[in-house]
Amino acid sequence: MKSAVIVFPGSNCDRDMAMALELATGRVPEMIWHREAELPDGLDIIAIPGGFSYGDYLRSGAMAAQSPVMRAVVRAAGRGVSVLGVCNGFQVLTEVGLLPGVLMRNAGINFVCRDVSLSVANSQSIFTSRYEQDELLTIPVAHHDGNYFADRATLDRLEGEGRVAFRYQEQVNGSVNDIAGILNAEGNVLGMMPHPERMIEAAHGGTDGLRLFEGLVGRVLA
Amino acid sequence: MKMRVHVTLKNGVLDPQGKAIHHALEGLGFSGVNSVRQGKLIELDLDDSVTEAAVEDMCRKLLANTVIENFRIERA
Repeated sequence: MKSAVIVFPGSNCDRDMAMALELATGRVPEMIWHREAELPDGLDIIAIPGGFSYGDYLRSGAMAAQSPVMRAVVRAAGRGVSVLGVCNGFQVLTEVGLLPGVLMRNAGINFVCRDVSLSVANSQSIFTSRYEQDELLTIPVAHHDGNYFADRATLDRLEGEGRVAFRYQEQVNGSVNDIAGILNAEGNVLGMMPHPERMIEAAHGGTDGLRLFEGLVGRVLA
Repeated sequence: MKMRVHVTLKNGVLDPQGKAIHHALEGLGFSGVNSVRQGKLIELDLDDSVTEAAVEDMCRKLLANTVIENFRIERA
């Protein structure tokens, strides 16, 4: 089980993500700098961590989406490698076109940093198989631009195809349909604003996030 | 040659920053402001060989997110 964490200038959740992957896979992930044009051979999981890549200049995730490493990530995703983008990573995945829609400024303008309640909207994906359908989770958010928006046709497709993975149970950032995380059509790419890698040990206040990584590892191995 | 790219949110897309500016203007006592929309101005200093079509390509690929934003190119 080989995993990698992509590191951009301004990433700040990369080491948390690496800890979560190490705990779940039993192996230290490779840290890949944004200027790399190629990824190591044989990767099973690629994680794009939270932070403020390139200072969030222009738009959150817009610069990172144009970096050499992301072209390699898009190719890997096309080959079926599992790709998880959290927070800024979710923004990068929408900007690069692996996921539809866009993350806009929070409707309340303020940066939101607290635990939120999420429901599992689809427990059938490779990322969510350790959760029960509609199970309530507690996972922290920490973001300024988490207001998910997509046009009506895109939303209908996401909802109709069961591609909403997680939904907020409370008003957090103005996201349309309370969307907190979505899957690509093939199901091997997940983007979510809440931070599962910050809920992997009891000392964090819970382990609801760890099951995402454990489930992903289990399904990728299967 | 200089070109300016104006990036604005599409109609109907919520603009919380514009709303905040609107409230601040009202707080200052300015009346009659119906609404405020905030955008971006990006100024490009270009060789003469760069075509407007190339600038449009820049806008579509990076400068604007056309899911929510419109752009307008103007020769400065």
